Amino acid sequence: MDVIYILWLRQMKRYVRSRSRMLGAIGQPILFLLALGYGIGAVYKKAGEGNYLEFLVPGIIIQTILFSGVFWGIQILFDKRFGFLKEMLVAPVSRLRVLLGNALGGATISLVQGLFVFVISVGLGFRPHEWALLPVALLIVVALSLALTSFGAGIASMVEDFQGFQGINNFLIFPLFFLSSALYPLTSAPTVLRVLSSANPLSYAVDGLRYTLIGQTHFGLLKDAIVIVVTLVVSVYFAVNRFNRIQA
Amino acid sequence: MPKSSKPIIVAKDVVKTFGKIEAVRGISFEVKPGEIFAFLGPNGAGKSTTISMLTTMLRPTSGKLVLNGHDVTHEQDSARKSFGIVFQDPALEEELTAYENMQIHAVLYSVDKAEQAERIENLMRLVDLWDRRKSYVKTYSGGMRRRLEIARGLLHHPKVLFLDEPTLGLDTQTRNLLWDYVKKLSDNEGMTIFFTTHYLDEAEAVAGRIAIIDHGKIIATGTTKQLTKQTSTRTLEQAYLQLTGKEVRDETSLSNDGLNVRNALRNSRLK
Repeated sequence: MDVIYILWLRQMKRYVRSRSRMLGAIGQPILFLLALGYGIGAVYKKAGEGNYLEFLVPGIIIQTILFSGVFWGIQILFDKRFGFLKEMLVAPVSRLRVLLGNALGGATISLVQGLFVFVISVGLGFRPHEWALLPVALLIVVALSLALTSFGAGIASMVEDFQGFQGINNFLIFPLFFLSSALYPLTSAPTVLRVLSSANPLSYAVDGLRYTLIGQTHFGLLKDAIVIVVTLVVSVYFAVNRFNRIQA
Repeated sequence: MPKSSKPIIVAKDVVKTFGKIEAVRGISFEVKPGEIFAFLGPNGAGKSTTISMLTTMLRPTSGKLVLNGHDVTHEQDSARKSFGIVFQDPALEEELTAYENMQIHAVLYSVDKAEQAERIENLMRLVDLWDRRKSYVKTYSGGMRRRLEIARGLLHHPKVLFLDEPTLGLDTQTRNLLWDYVKKLSDNEGMTIFFTTHYLDEAEAVAGRIAIIDHGKIIATGTTKQLTKQTSTRTLEQAYLQLTGKEVRDETSLSNDGLNVRNALRNSRLK
């Protein structure tokens, strides 16, 4: 058994055994889907924009991955506090493999959470417009999961305490989510919002997923793909770089 | 062990500074294979910093550390395979079972697969935890965790076992039990044991040789007998107090390990 596999397995075991965490992480997106999808849906339709639930599903899948990905990446902070990080760092294995095992574990969990939300959406009546594009959608989701867990791991390597963790949630994760195209179409958004959202890599992931699932796009799939790949590379580089520095 | 055998731990003029703070100020010592060696000193003396350097968690500012023939700074992985460590604070995954913690360690240290299951069972029996192997570590008491960590630290057949304040916060019964295991290991397997403590009775009862460390320097090394003789005192406590003085130390230790060092540094800057 390899180091990366056993550390991945550790994350999976923790996830599967903690049912409350599992349900909690899915409860929030469902709430968003129901409250926004049905609450705002009627107004959205009246405004002549079409089916809001359909528009919302890709955004909520990305939201799920955002919260779960960063959260599981930040597990490294918990490992720091509760000591297990030392066990991993003092072992005769490279930092890169330790990081990969942890990040891949977190990414897998985020992916599973995203898939749950997709299945629930289908249960609520959501239908992808082109089933053949689903593999592309999956690819986008996989890349984003890995990018966000890496990002979380990089942040966790820099932060020392849980107060820092709260700050990240409030000043980074929520803005990233609300200033993306997850909840509203950019075409009709005010200029400031449109500019900010266009600078947010998450918007491109939402856009790419929206294209593959419901056939709507703002930036075009090529642009989306480029931004997603660049984001992934930068996040992984950031994580490796920061994780390597943990030791004084 | 014959006296001529090569030392398994060598420290030569080791210095560690954090910014302006000198935590370790040029210490040298040697430990022979099979010895039980204690680092005795007040809080903040540099004990943990030294253990962190010996176990590759911290890089010495200058000086040389050799473990089992491997330079700790330059042959990190070989050095890491040579020792097991029980950290001052538990380093277990609480949400997994004790057995799963052992399994992860076995993979991290590439313990031979054929041998793995048997080795884990033997060690968990040694520390009387085999019956509780399927329990989550979060249900373990402090003493059980410590025992599990000792078993885990031995899994990969280390030559040296480091114990950083291993009995901190444990009751007398658990402390005695723990030292019984350690002495058993030393007697049966000839393992070298290096531990830090600020309990004089422990150092006296368990260690063959004691190094007294204070303000980042080793001020005396020897058996209890040698130390009392050197200071013309009758007990280790008298010798210790004569060597280290009687004033109470600042309770904040500079670093428990590499991970806290940055905190210490930041705090020192804030001040």
